[in-house]
Amino acid sequence: MTAGGPGADRDTRRGRDRPPRVRSGRPPWILVLPALAGAAFLVLPFAGLLIRAPWSTMGERVTEPEVLAALWLSLSTATAATLVSLLLGVPLAWLLARTDFPGRRVLRAVVTVPLVIPPVVGGVALLLVLGRNGLLGRYLDTWFGITIPFTPAAVVLAQVFVAMPFLVISVEGALRGADRRYEEAAATLGASRATVFTRVTLPMVLPGIGAGAVLCWARALGEFGATITFAGNFPGTTQTMPLAVYMAMQRDPEAAIVLSLVLLLVSLAVLATLRERWVNT
Amino acid sequence: MGPDGAARTPPARPPALDAELRLSRGGFSLDVALEAAQGEILALLGPNGAGKSSVLRALAGLAPLTGGHVRVDGRDETTTPVERRPIGMVFQDYLLFEHMSALDNVAFGPRCQGATRAAARERAAGLLAHMGLSDHAGARPRNLSGGQAQRVALARALAVRPRLLLLDEPMAALDASTRIDVRGRLRRLLEEFDGATVLVTHDPLDAMVLADRIAVVEDGRVVQQGPPAEVARRPRTPYVARLVGLNLFRGRAEGTTVLLGPRGDADGARVEVGGAHRGEVLVAFPPRAVALYPRHPHGSPRNVWRLTVDGVERFGDQVRVHLAGQLSLAADVSPAALAELGLEQGSEVWAGVKAAEVECYPG
Amino acid sequence: MRESAPRRAPRTLCALTAAALAATACGAQGGGDGSPAGSGDGELHVFAAASLTDVFTALAEEFEGDRPGAEVVLNFAGSSELAAQINSGAPADVFAAADTATMRQVVEGEGLDAGWASGSGGAAAVFATNTLRIAVPPDNPGGVEDFADLAGDGVSVALCAEEVPCGAATATAMEAAGVAVTPDTYERDVRAVLTKVELGEVDAGLVYATDVASAGDRVTGIDFPEADEAVNEYPIGVLAGTADAGLASDWVELVLSGTGERVLAEAGFGTP
Repeated sequence: MTAGGPGADRDTRRGRDRPPRVRSGRPPWILVLPALAGAAFLVLPFAGLLIRAPWSTMGERVTEPEVLAALWLSLSTATAATLVSLLLGVPLAWLLARTDFPGRRVLRAVVTVPLVIPPVVGGVALLLVLGRNGLLGRYLDTWFGITIPFTPAAVVLAQVFVAMPFLVISVEGALRGADRRYEEAAATLGASRATVFTRVTLPMVLPGIGAGAVLCWARALGEFGATITFAGNFPGTTQTMPLAVYMAMQRDPEAAIVLSLVLLLVSLAVLATLRERWVNT
Repeated sequence: MGPDGAARTPPARPPALDAELRLSRGGFSLDVALEAAQGEILALLGPNGAGKSSVLRALAGLAPLTGGHVRVDGRDETTTPVERRPIGMVFQDYLLFEHMSALDNVAFGPRCQGATRAAARERAAGLLAHMGLSDHAGARPRNLSGGQAQRVALARALAVRPRLLLLDEPMAALDASTRIDVRGRLRRLLEEFDGATVLVTHDPLDAMVLADRIAVVEDGRVVQQGPPAEVARRPRTPYVARLVGLNLFRGRAEGTTVLLGPRGDADGARVEVGGAHRGEVLVAFPPRAVALYPRHPHGSPRNVWRLTVDGVERFGDQVRVHLAGQLSLAADVSPAALAELGLEQGSEVWAGVKAAEVECYPG
Repeated sequence: MRESAPRRAPRTLCALTAAALAATACGAQGGGDGSPAGSGDGELHVFAAASLTDVFTALAEEFEGDRPGAEVVLNFAGSSELAAQINSGAPADVFAAADTATMRQVVEGEGLDAGWASGSGGAAAVFATNTLRIAVPPDNPGGVEDFADLAGDGVSVALCAEEVPCGAATATAMEAAGVAVTPDTYERDVRAVLTKVELGEVDAGLVYATDVASAGDRVTGIDFPEADEAVNEYPIGVLAGTADAGLASDWVELVLSGTGERVLAEAGFGTP
C-alpha cells in the first residue's frame, strides 16, 4: 500500500548520472553509534550461544523425548496463557482506559506490579493465594478437591500472572490512542456500549492487541521464576523449556545451550510468522 | 415507530425540535434555545469556540446538560441515552468506520436497531443507490472522495430513520474545488429529509446555501436568528457583519439621521439613512456602496466622511480599502480607481455612501 | 591498552575457561584496568551456597568488625550456579560450595595448575557437613514418620532436582533406603523445597538439617538413618583469580576457626 513512496525513492537513487538529488544527509552518528551498540548488545549473547552450541550432536539432543515434551509444554502453556490474558486482559484494559471509577489509578498501578516484582516472588504470591493452603486454594481443595500447584494449569496461571500486564498495558495504550469520536459515532447509530466495543473499538485497536498478545506470548514462553515456584518442576507436567534449560545448566551447560537455541529458534519462527500475518502495518 | 407516530399525529404538530440547552464546562457556558419545524434546516453559524459543536453534542446526548430540555416531535428526550435518541449525526471528517465497507457502514445503524443482516444491507443499499453511490458500496472509506464520504456518512445517519438530523461542519473536510458541487448536492439531499436538520458551520456561504434559517452563535449564546437573506442583509453583531461582508454601526436614530456611537470607533459620526427611525438602531451597508473621492464631492451622496487609508488588500477582482477616522469602514473599488486615486497607507480620502444604500433596522 | 601484571588474574581465568558466555563478562571487565574482584580496596567477594546464607552473613559482620575498611560482598545461590558463574569469569575471591563435586567443577574449569590458594595447601578445605532430614509442615498432613512413607500414595513430596547438590544427596539416600520416591516437583534448590513445605504445598520435602533449623517452628524435622549415607561436605577455597589473596585467606581462616565452628553449629551444621 505504501509501496509507491519508497519505490519511487529507490528509483531516483539508482539514477546516478541524473541531476543531483537533494541530499537527505547521513544519519547522525549520535543516533547511529548507540543504535549499533544496542543491537550488538542484544545480538552478541545470542551469537555466543550459537558459537558454543555442540552442533555435531545437535540432532540427537534436540529430538530427545524430554526436550520435545518440554517444548510442547512450553508452546501449549504459553499459548493458553496468551488466550487467558486476552480474555481477561482486553476487558481490563478497556476498564482502565474507558471508564472512570474510584481507585482506577490504584488498579492501574496494581496491574503493573507483576512487571516490577521478581517472578519468584510472584510465584510465592500465587502459592499464598492459590496454593493448597492459600486464601482461595484451600477452598478449591476442600470443596472441589482441586489442587493447582504442580499441574500444567499452574504453569499457565504463573505465565498469565507475569505476562498479562504486557498485554494490558499495550492494549490500554492502543485504546487511549484510538479516536473516541468513532465510538460516539457508533453510539449515535444506536450501538450499545457492548456493541461499540466489539464492532468499533476492538477492530480499531486490533494492531495494539496483536502487538500485546505477541509480547505476552513471548514473555510467557520465557517465564521461569514464577513457574518453578508456583507450578514446580516435573518433566512432562510442569517442566517448561526455561526450567529444562535451568536444570540442564546444572548438569551439562552444553545441553542447556541446545535447549536455549531450540526455544529461541521456535519462538523466533512463531513470532516471524505472526508478524507477517498480524503486525503487518 | 416512525410511521405509527406519523399516523397518530394530530393536525397541529409540535415543532420537530424544541430545545433549551444549558451546560457549563470550565470557564465556558452555553445557554441556547432552538426551535425547528418539520423539514426545516437550521444552520448554527459562529466562530470557532463559540459552542456550536457543544450544541450538537448536547442535542445528540454526547454532552451532558446542566439544565434545559430536548424535545423531538414533542417527545422529551432530555435524559434519553445517545444510542436510543431519534437522531442521526454526520460528524466532522465523517468518521466512517475504516474496517467496514461503505455498505456496512450504512447498515451498521439498522443492525444496531435490531434489523436482520439482510434487511439492514438492503436498506443500506437503497440509501447508497439513492445517493448515487451504488458503485462504491463495497469500497473502503479511505478509497472514497470527500464528497462520496460525505454522502456515505449522510446515508449512515439517515439509515436509522432519525427524526432529527445533526451535521457537524459537513463541508469542512472538502477541498475548495469540489465544494460547490457537493454543497448543492447536499442541499438537495437534506431537502428530502422530513424531520428537522441542525447543521453547524463556520462558513457563511454554507449556511446561506444549505439552511432555511440561520442561528448565529457567539460565546455560547444565540445572538441572531433568521432566514439567510435577513441575516445577510441585517447583521446584528460585528462578527456577523464581517462574515456577510457589511459595514455595521450601532447608533441612535432621530428621523433619517443616525448618530453613531457612543461606543466603538465611530464616535460622533452621523449617517443619513433612507427611512425615518427612532431610538437604538443598527446601520449596515456593503463596501461596494462606498465611493471614494480625492476631494469633497459636490451634490449627490448624503453621507460624506473624510478618512485615512488604513490598509489595502485584494478582494476578488476588486480592491478592498480599509479606512479609519471618524468611523472605520471598508470600501471596494476597482484597481483602476485605486490607481487613479493614488491611494496608499496614510492617504487622506473622502468616502461617500448614498442614503438609499444604507440599511437601518432596530438594534 | 597496557596490561599491568597484578590485575591480570581474572582475564587469565577467562582465557582458560574460554566460555562463550564468559566472553561477554570478560569484555565488560576488560574495558578498564579497573578493579575486578576485591582489588585491595578491602572488598571481598564471597560466593557461597545458598544454605550458608545465615552463617556467612553473621560471619561477615564479625569479619568486617575486626577489619575496618574491609567489606564482604556475599553472593548466595545454588552451588552449581555459582560454579558456572565463576567458570565464566565472575569476580570472586572465595568460593564455598555445598558439595565437593561442585567444587571440583570449579577446579577443573579453572585448570588444575591454578589450584587452590587456600591456607597452606593447594586444595579446598572441608569446613562443615550437612545431613538430610525430612521436613514436614507442623501438622504433618501426610502422616510422614520415616523415609519409606515418602513413597506412599497420596503423600505429596518436593525433592531437590538431581542436578543440584541436595538432589544428589537425595538420590544417595534413596538408594541407601531402597525406596524410590516420585515427587510432585524437582525443586531447583533446597530453599525452594523448604518453601514448599513451609507453605504446606507438599506433605514432605527432603532438606538439610540446617534448613530445618533455619525454618524454626514453621516446619518439623524428622531424622532418618539413611541420611548418614549421604552426608554433604562443604568445601571452601580461595580462587586463583583473587585480587587480594591475603584478605581471602583471612576469610577462610575465620570460617575454619572456633568462631566459625560455633556459628555453623548454631545453624545446624555438623563439623568434619
